[in-house]
Amino acid sequence: MNDYAVSVATIIAIQAIGALGLNVIVGYAGQISLGHAAFFGIGAYACAMLTTNGLSFWLALPVVLAISGSVGALLGLPSIRLKEDFLAITTIGINFIVEAIFLYTPFFGGALGIGGIPRVVFLGEKLKGVGFLWLCLAFLGASVLGCLWFRRSWLGLGCFAIREDETAAASMGIWPMKFKLSAFVVGAKLAALSGALYAHYMRFISPGDFGFPVSVMFLSMVVLGGMGTLWGPVVGAVVLGILPEVFRPIMEYRMLLYGALLLGMIRFQPGGLLGDQSLAMRVFRRLRLRGGD
Amino acid sequence: MQLFLEQLLNGLAIGAIYGLTTLGLALVYGILRILHVAHAGVYAVGAYVGLFAAQWTGSLLMGVLLAGAVSSLLGVAIERLVYFPLLKYPPYVPLIGSIAVFISLEELIRLVAGPEIRSFPAEIPLPALKLGVVTVSPPLLAVYLTTGLVLLSLWFVTTRTEFGLAMRAASQDMEVASSLGVNSHRVVSLTFVIGSFTAALAGVLVGVYYNQVYPSMGAVPAYKTLALIVVGGMGSVPGAVMASLLLGVAETLLIGYANVPLPRDALAFIAMILVLLVRPKGLFARRSR
Repeated sequence: MNDYAVSVATIIAIQAIGALGLNVIVGYAGQISLGHAAFFGIGAYACAMLTTNGLSFWLALPVVLAISGSVGALLGLPSIRLKEDFLAITTIGINFIVEAIFLYTPFFGGALGIGGIPRVVFLGEKLKGVGFLWLCLAFLGASVLGCLWFRRSWLGLGCFAIREDETAAASMGIWPMKFKLSAFVVGAKLAALSGALYAHYMRFISPGDFGFPVSVMFLSMVVLGGMGTLWGPVVGAVVLGILPEVFRPIMEYRMLLYGALLLGMIRFQPGGLLGDQSLAMRVFRRLRLRGGD
Repeated sequence: MQLFLEQLLNGLAIGAIYGLTTLGLALVYGILRILHVAHAGVYAVGAYVGLFAAQWTGSLLMGVLLAGAVSSLLGVAIERLVYFPLLKYPPYVPLIGSIAVFISLEELIRLVAGPEIRSFPAEIPLPALKLGVVTVSPPLLAVYLTTGLVLLSLWFVTTRTEFGLAMRAASQDMEVASSLGVNSHRVVSLTFVIGSFTAALAGVLVGVYYNQVYPSMGAVPAYKTLALIVVGGMGSVPGAVMASLLLGVAETLLIGYANVPLPRDALAFIAMILVLLVRPKGLFARRSR
């Protein structure tokens, strides 16, 4: 594989982890969040600040996950009182405020961001290129397994129940606050993992990398792939990651195509590529039926 | 004192522009319960059409009228082609659709008109007003007059005409209104016409006031107006306008005097979160329905 393909694949793997995290919040627990880039940024900044001060990536990661988990619980609090539209706007606001804090606090490097982030060292070897891609893929695999576990656990079942009907779930003894916050904690941790990998891949981060458009990108991946499905976010990340490269000859029209694709998808297949009622799944099911005859 | 008054006047003008932009959003939310993010795209389109039409015809008035016409058509097209078929889904679906429309509009403008910042030279046929120690410059006066006029006509339409009655009925309960003979399709479309027309006005005013239009000029209003309709009480038009005026003044004075170490664009969201903590229904929400 050439360097170019490796770099595209690495970015896709990193973003897929973040999208999986958003899917836990939006797809599993049904809490619309448009501020996912805030968690992504918190992970990236926390990890970068620890490793630029001499800590190794492997020691920093648990700390980052602990920080992002608590921030996730904190920023998930609005979801207890706010629903749907209000929650969507609040999460947009959180994204803008977190970005502003990174931008205006000298502690976080301000507009200059953080540079000189060291490479990840694994078994005494500095990971770059294909080595780092394998690391990202390993984390992606672990994240998918984590999501699979989440879906099958009591936690996931509770989240699904809340997504379908919060009042009914609460009357059955499912405490919405616990499950919503758990979803935010898990989602924030996955986003932070993705952010930590991103920081160590780019080796330079600045507040602009974690703005609202990044949140829209994560949400687009989840919507495109299929909200609430296991593999949807990964498929979404792959499609949205590869499309711009395919369309590189018509670079000028890239963002327009992106917008049009998202619009077409939500207009005609709101369930996403892997959703229950989607065209792809219906064709797939029919093929399977025919095979079974 | 003079500086303070000047700041206050500027803040009010900025607030008035926010108000004009937010108005359409509040109208649309009131009737369809959709967060119309693409409204800011309509606003940017309005500014560009206004600029080109004003240069082409040589008259600012013609520019404003053409901008309003094009934006209204665009607004109705968005409603018919995107929102209407998505109403049966949970609210995040039309919201994402709206964001997608907004991204596409922004890119279309960039591709058609070019990425550069264009200046908006305009002769405003208004005098400079001298009020004691301060002078109200023509652009400021234009902003005040337009906003006042729009608010007055909107108040007249919603409270004194049959269409206004239909609009209020539809925003309370569209099904019941339909069953009582209100043509809710037409009411929704006309709401989009009014909202988009005011958005175009706001776009042209911003262009003239700051003497610049650029493709991403809708990006900040797109999300700031969302915070404003929350602060004002979802769907309440007077609330949204009041919140806008307050925010315009607060932004200008806080940045001018208190030296707040935060970007002015984050202020709206901080205010919003504070309001949500204290009064989740918004500052100026109608008591109950």
